[in-house]
Amino acid sequence: MAQIRVENLRKQFGNFTAVKGSSFTIEDGSFFVMLGPSGCGKTTTLRMIAGLELPSEGRILLDGEDVSLLRASRRDIAFVFQMFALYPHLNVRRNIAYPLRCQGVPRAEIKQRVEETARLLQIEHLLDRSVSGLSGGDRQRVALGRAIVRRPKAFLMDEPLGALDSEFRRVMCGELRQLHERISATTVYVTHDQLEAMAMADQIAVMNHGVVEQIATPQQIYDAPASMFVADFIGSPPMSFLRFDGAVRQGEHSVRMGEAVVEVPTLREEGIQGALALGARPEHVLLASDGSLRGRVLGAEYLGTTQIVTLQTQHGQVKARLASTKSVSLGDNVGIGFRTERLALFDAASGRALNVGARHG
Amino acid sequence: MADVRLDGVTKRFRDVEAVAALSLDIADGELVVLLGPTGAGKTTTLRLAAGLERPDAGRVIIGGEDVTAEPPAVRDVAFVFQQYSLYPHLTVFDNLAFPLRSPARRMSDDEVRKRVSDVAALLHIEGKLSNKATRLSGGEMQRVAIGRALVRAPSIYLMDEPLSSLDAKLRSELRLELKRIQVELGATILYVTHDQIEAMTMASRIGVLSEGRLVQIGTPREVYERPQNLYVAMHLGTPAINLIPADLLPAPGAPAGTRTIGARTEQLRIAPPNGAADRGLLKWVEHLGDQNHLHLEIKGHNLTTLADPHSPWKAGDAVSVELVDPLYFDATGARVERGEAVR
Repeated sequence: MAQIRVENLRKQFGNFTAVKGSSFTIEDGSFFVMLGPSGCGKTTTLRMIAGLELPSEGRILLDGEDVSLLRASRRDIAFVFQMFALYPHLNVRRNIAYPLRCQGVPRAEIKQRVEETARLLQIEHLLDRSVSGLSGGDRQRVALGRAIVRRPKAFLMDEPLGALDSEFRRVMCGELRQLHERISATTVYVTHDQLEAMAMADQIAVMNHGVVEQIATPQQIYDAPASMFVADFIGSPPMSFLRFDGAVRQGEHSVRMGEAVVEVPTLREEGIQGALALGARPEHVLLASDGSLRGRVLGAEYLGTTQIVTLQTQHGQVKARLASTKSVSLGDNVGIGFRTERLALFDAASGRALNVGARHG
Repeated sequence: MADVRLDGVTKRFRDVEAVAALSLDIADGELVVLLGPTGAGKTTTLRLAAGLERPDAGRVIIGGEDVTAEPPAVRDVAFVFQQYSLYPHLTVFDNLAFPLRSPARRMSDDEVRKRVSDVAALLHIEGKLSNKATRLSGGEMQRVAIGRALVRAPSIYLMDEPLSSLDAKLRSELRLELKRIQVELGATILYVTHDQIEAMTMASRIGVLSEGRLVQIGTPREVYERPQNLYVAMHLGTPAINLIPADLLPAPGAPAGTRTIGARTEQLRIAPPNGAADRGLLKWVEHLGDQNHLHLEIKGHNLTTLADPHSPWKAGDAVSVELVDPLYFDATGARVERGEAVR
């Protein structure tokens, strides 16, 4: 297994720059997810790591060895594509064995490795079945088996679950993560689905317009997004932004938004003045009858235990996750409060998150 | 707007009973969502209400009038399909005005203009009226498709998964907007979906369908908290309700005859292991951001429960599991109330 290091990686297609100078390290055994909307450069980055595209600039190191210019077949990496392309005329055993037969591995070893792989994926009972009769999930498992059986240095996966319905996608997320725990192979996984990323990743790289906006653990990304883009991409519903013109000085812990004064975590950097945004996740917004920030109830969406209440303020919409026992009526004018220590502040012009107080600050 | 009533409607396609003696009353101003998997009979029910299918038995009554034998055009219904089908060569304005310009309606140009601009304002697409339909984003196109139904004031709007072709973010935005518009207009809507979140968040009442039959109808809260049977319980709530044999965990409150216990994530409490009895293994901690889902295994059964994201649980931990006021089901799958058996 291997560490993957990407240095100043750039990719240009004609006038279009798909990837703009990314650098990051994927540690040995880590499950690394590249997350972003379509066109953000995540698949291009993955294809460069695989050797399916050559970088315009920069280097890719596999266990310290520069592989930037090596062909895909020389990189000892397994690529799992979105669609499970199996050989329909071969049975499960032969599908999984295929990459080993191509490498000329002795027959006895093939048999042993195929069976070991099938055991890992819990598909031993399917080995002699034809792939055409398999369910979608089992086909996906066989496709994974074909990647695992080679024992490559790393797995690269490009939206492997994209074609599945949402319920089944969740099940496969769990299986992939548990498989990762068993074989601890370095995995680079590309998706536009934040739930998949949150569920499986050790580290997430959020990409936008060819740039990595943040690399961190799922919880860090959720709790302390580096930019408004990241804050908006993660969470369902995502973070709400209240936009206002104002100023906040170093060491200050409140902001004035029009008439309202809102307590915020202490600013730990130089003061800033201009277009700002207050970021609040739904579970950190509450109704507070004495809140100086007011809003009108636009909608209440029942979700069982909780409900999402959408409030229109002078500074934009804000969503609150409240207990479903709390009764609210459309059109009500309510006071809004926050769990202060969990709020974020952004420079709305650049989208950058301001450095605000440590949890106990 | 008007009351709509389906009275014992049945529709067979060859040997398959797509809709089986289904009765449903939709009150004026109500948004009723029919929820069920593919093949449950949702779309057929909608098409029967629209007059696009003729029932083999039963009646369709709109505004007190039996329209069972009437063609769609005279039923005074507006249909919104899953795939937005706009006229690509027309502007947004002309797309919206199209249903009003039908010769049968003879509406004045001024009236048409007024209706279209009212609906455009409602849908927040005022700025796009002179755009070609093809120059819109997916969300805008679907708004126009919905708007084309809204310009008319029919007895009922029939909507067949109108949001399912949109991405998750747009879907949640339009969900909220559609609900707002429905409340503002006091519109009567029969809405079909397989997405339980849409059903829960938008419906006045949810009708849960299975194999052409209406299994339960009630407010979102009723069907979530008091499902009639296992089928309904399984189809509402994310993640899906945990279903376990009655004897897997201590259940002191279980009524006699309980065969299966249903525990939603919030009805399972976990703690560090105390004894040997209700001991499980934490297999996977799934991060959602605002909370974690903990996937447990206990005596060969998989369970999912919730935890605070900053709690220290990790894969491989042993845990003890306790039921907190779960749901009880008997051998037929019907839910039994606590204490019901005693009565």
